[in-house]
Amino acid sequence: MDTIKVVLAGQPNVGKSMLINTMSGSNSLKVGNFSGVTVEKTEVSFHHDSHTLEMVDLPGTYSIGGFTQEEKVAHNYLLNEEYDVIVNVLDSTHLQRNLLLTLELLKLNKKMVLALNMADELKKEGLEIDVKQIEAIVGVPVVLVSANSGEGVEELLHAIHESFDSKRRRSSNIVYSEVFEEEIFELSSFLEAKGFKLRDLSSREIALRILLEDKHLYEEIHTHPIMIELQPRIVAALEHIYTHHETKNMVDIKANEYIAIARGIRMETVKSKKKKELKNRTQKIDAILLNKFIGIPIFLFMMWGLFQLTFEIGSIPMEWIDAAIGAYGDWIGSLIPHDATRSLVVDGIIAGVGAVLLFLPNIIILYIGITLLETTGYMSRVAFLLDGFFHKFGLHGKSFIPLVTGFGCSVPAYMSTRTLKSEKDRLITLFIIGFMSCGAKMPVYVLFVGVFFSPQEAGNILFLIYIAGAFLGLIMAKALRLFVFKGEAEPFVMEMPKYRMPSFSLVWHTVYNKARSYLKKAGTFILAASMLIWFASTYPQQPLFESEFSAKIEAAGDNAVLVKSLENELKLKKLENSYLGQIGKATEPIFEPLGFDWRMTVALETGLAAKEVVVSTLGVLYAIGDEVDEGTVSLQEQLRANISFASAMAFIVFVMIYLPCLAASMVFAKEAGGYKYLAYLFVFTTLTAWILSFITYRVLV
Amino acid sequence: MKLSELNKGDHAIITNIGNDEALKGRLFSFGITKGAAISIEACSLGRQTVEILADDTLIGLRMSEAQKIEVEMQIDEKMLEEKK
Ligand SMILES: Nc1nc2c(ncn2[C@@H]2O[C@H](COP(=O)(O)OP(=O)(O)OP(=O)(O)O)[C@@H](O)[C@H]2O)c(=O)[nH]1
Ligand SMILES: [Mg+2]
Repeated sequence: MDTIKVVLAGQPNVGKSMLINTMSGSNSLKVGNFSGVTVEKTEVSFHHDSHTLEMVDLPGTYSIGGFTQEEKVAHNYLLNEEYDVIVNVLDSTHLQRNLLLTLELLKLNKKMVLALNMADELKKEGLEIDVKQIEAIVGVPVVLVSANSGEGVEELLHAIHESFDSKRRRSSNIVYSEVFEEEIFELSSFLEAKGFKLRDLSSREIALRILLEDKHLYEEIHTHPIMIELQPRIVAALEHIYTHHETKNMVDIKANEYIAIARGIRMETVKSKKKKELKNRTQKIDAILLNKFIGIPIFLFMMWGLFQLTFEIGSIPMEWIDAAIGAYGDWIGSLIPHDATRSLVVDGIIAGVGAVLLFLPNIIILYIGITLLETTGYMSRVAFLLDGFFHKFGLHGKSFIPLVTGFGCSVPAYMSTRTLKSEKDRLITLFIIGFMSCGAKMPVYVLFVGVFFSPQEAGNILFLIYIAGAFLGLIMAKALRLFVFKGEAEPFVMEMPKYRMPSFSLVWHTVYNKARSYLKKAGTFILAASMLIWFASTYPQQPLFESEFSAKIEAAGDNAVLVKSLENELKLKKLENSYLGQIGKATEPIFEPLGFDWRMTVALETGLAAKEVVVSTLGVLYAIGDEVDEGTVSLQEQLRANISFASAMAFIVFVMIYLPCLAASMVFAKEAGGYKYLAYLFVFTTLTAWILSFITYRVLV
Repeated sequence: MKLSELNKGDHAIITNIGNDEALKGRLFSFGITKGAAISIEACSLGRQTVEILADDTLIGLRMSEAQKIEVEMQIDEKMLEEKK
């Protein structure tokens, strides 16, 4: 079967990723309504019409000379990699500015198809596009599609096949300004007369590139004898162009020419049926959400509401899940006769994984909130509102995007810092993403807040924890900017996309993908970690204690109370002398001043692997140390009985600040540019966490 | 007159973008050059950032960038009529 390698290129936020999702019928690519959702090239393949289509999704790029890191990914790919067809995706409701990139892409001389996306919005806005006319002008197939409704998608796939099969591209009929056309004509007639050929370029194309000062072309022809005669003609032609454009800056001249062409194409092909409203919907919404006075309060209120909901609604199914897991554990336990195996399954796996599953509802609500922020177009608005404020703290408004992503998971958050141009802005943002508590920390908070606060307060406390983390991050950013990463910040120029109501299916798939990976992690990584923790907390066996205690228990005889307390004592002794107990005991002195017992200490240490493991460790440790014969006592009750309020708060503060999980740390090292930075991050976060926890504990105790 | 001096609701034509190549390049890719018509849609608290509308595209700009851009204010007749 033939493989067609198709690369999607276009300006940011035109629907490239969504178009691949629609074409392939899968929903694997991330879609969001702001510039810079895709930051890395991603491939999706599927079968169509007896071919394998390999689709490469690139980050959006405003122009071929774009400057952010993720834009460079796009040019490097377009210029240097092997592929068959470019699908240039355009937002058909913003044709003119999207065409600017198209004009540059045409210069690559590759097989290309134009996909005019957002056909559904085009219709709603009362616009009509003459597709055939555009096709005639640019010389490549043009298809009107909608990634949202699916119209035109089959046609687009068909056009891709056709373009792949075709021998060469038709020539385009793009007309430059009069001066340019005159000079192109002069030069190309001269080239023709001399019979000069270069690659498969037409004389017109060579002349055009000479006039636009194409570096690559000059490199190719500068040693050619024709240069002697060509040079004076070029100089004269350029002089002529300079006088007309009133500037000698070629970049400006090119910009003016391109904009004139793009405008020309739009005027010729786009017709408006509706009379333009004075203000459209987006502007009306902006008048409220970007209001000078209420803009930021509205944002804070929405965040507050989100955490309120996370706790309120999340705690309803939580009770059912808790009961179900408990019952399931009891049932499975009754089926396994072998003591050690039963303990492994019930106290290890079910307690550990169960503790993580319990918080799935909270996590889902948080994910829904983040998804709405990402898909409605509000994200860029908040960046706009906060830029001034952020700027004072040495951050960039755009830093808001990675920071908010960090509330979900730090891994994509670290990657999305690539949209920041300035290296220093990027590093500062990388360093403080950890202060935005990720979704995996949520279980720790919900657990402790649920235990130590009334349900009425819980939502507020949760909000407070997140806000406190964010503020701490800002202060740290300021400190980093003042003492470490000094220097100028990047200008803030950011597109504010149209508000879009995300479809139910878009929200569903986005949340589903995230929830699935949370569950997958619970089923694999957390499962393995829980088993490991169980082993490390059960072994080595202590025959010495056991015989000592069994003698004591026998001596106690009928005294039931004494027997029970002895049995409990034995359990505790065994746990404390297990591998994990020994580690915990050895490191306990470090955390003693913060009011943590060895169990909490161990939970923090295992939490370095993944933050969910903090709760599962506590789950396992308290399940093993569980008092005999009393049935399952919930982890919540165990915590209430064993941990003081001050230690609990200090623990929350520590979890809030210390090093992100292993996976995130690796991505951090990669994005920051070395393990050196990870070492800095470790020292930076651990010290801060320790000091602030210490203060919290001392104030409250 | 500078773009940064305009207020919400004002209309203007860009007369000069200055010589910050990065800024110029970015605005160009939004289709904005000398001669483009813009209007001010929103200003954030303390005039830190402005939102402008140009060629159907909404763009957020920091004031320090807006200061580099020269404009000529337009009296919008439609708006005047509306006020009446
Ligand atoms: N109404 C409508 N909305 C669309 C269509 N295609 C995409 N969108 C929306 O446009 C926004 C951007 O879509 P993405 O697929 O993330 O865009 P992208 O080009 O991959 O963006 P970057 O990765 O940032 O370059 C999302 O909010 C989509 O829901 C369409 O055909 N119709
Ligand atoms: Mg994308």
